[in-house]
Amino acid sequence: MAVQFDLVSPERRLASVQATEVQIPGAEGDLTAMEGHAPTITTLRPGILKAVGAAGTTSYVVTGGFAEITATGVSVLAERAVPVEEATPAVMESLLADVRAATAGLDDRDAADRAVADLMAARSTIGQ
Amino acid sequence: MPSLKDLKNKIASVKNTRKITKAMQMVSAAKLRRAQDAAEAARPYAERMNAVMAGLSASVGNSTSAPRLLAGTGKDQVHLLVVMTAERGLCGGFNSSIARLARVRANELLAQGKTVKILTVGKKGREQLRRDLEAHMVGHIDLSEVKRVGYVNAQAIARDVLARFEAGEFDVATIFYNRFQSVISQVPTAQQVIPAKFDGAPTNALYDYEPSEEAILADLLPRGVATQIFTALLENGASEQGARMSAMDNATRNAGDMIKKYTTVYNRSRQAAITKELIEIISGAEAL
Repeated sequence: MAVQFDLVSPERRLASVQATEVQIPGAEGDLTAMEGHAPTITTLRPGILKAVGAAGTTSYVVTGGFAEITATGVSVLAERAVPVEEATPAVMESLLADVRAATAGLDDRDAADRAVADLMAARSTIGQ
Repeated sequence: MPSLKDLKNKIASVKNTRKITKAMQMVSAAKLRRAQDAAEAARPYAERMNAVMAGLSASVGNSTSAPRLLAGTGKDQVHLLVVMTAERGLCGGFNSSIARLARVRANELLAQGKTVKILTVGKKGREQLRRDLEAHMVGHIDLSEVKRVGYVNAQAIARDVLARFEAGEFDVATIFYNRFQSVISQVPTAQQVIPAKFDGAPTNALYDYEPSEEAILADLLPRGVATQIFTALLENGASEQGARMSAMDNATRNAGDMIKKYTTVYNRSRQAAITKELIEIISGAEAL
């Protein structure tokens, strides 16, 4: 009753573990992937990604990217992902600055504001 | 015939050079390992990305609503060549092989009446191409301050290229870099990034897409470009160190041969001088 959970960033593989469920902040709403999930590809919005495994729950702050879900595995390709424990206020500031810079050029101001707001929400969730 | 002192100086100087090349070789060996590790670590992301993009572009690619990054502008008049080389020399044919490939391609395109624009990454390529293609250069990205190439550097290059594409400055973009095969062999490679091409085998599974396929594709294509550039940068980094390592290995060996040769000459002329002196003494004594 487990899925293979991989979290990779362009520079390195951040996690590759067995997990019973993975909670993903999808662009069109949060979703939880468990074994036997229908194959899905979704983009991510800035938020908190949680992998629940035998060893407990690991959380990561992600700013974007996409997730590929199959019946047996979840791979998340995130441009930047930081374990919640390492998400100090300074790190969160730099993530925010990243998101702001990335969305600055968008014509869709709504989407840009939403991305920033999502990350702010994530920040308050982890208690900062 | 050089004097004994000259020979001695020569030997000392070659010995110094050998020390330097030997040290450079060892430094590159250490850097090569790090560069290879980085390239290795980046592989899972690039592979997944390619597979997903290949699947997506196969299903969306032919429709009229395909994003311009994938479908292209419908022309191939203006070509952007992104030439990625090293910031430093003394690495054998590493830089010139990339520059040569880019130059051949540029001249081919020019002969076909196309417009060529060149964006250089790394100082050495710019220096080499400036001689005959200066008029076509549109920009340069300097990485000399960067100690370790990271994804941010690739993103910066990708942003530059994408901004130019959005502004309609070119129709086709190709990146030039050296693919790392082994320490002694690096393959100069030209890879088209815009319109995007994905050679990974598309996954067979039928995916649900959230949001729509087109929206995901539009979101992912710029990242795909950045990923391809990042992979190229890493390959280039490993190739550079590999090329430098073998170049410095050769130089060290050559210096060794040279020292041997000069030492023989030195010993021979020293012996000749001694013999000459002896003859002079003996014939002086005989004359008495």
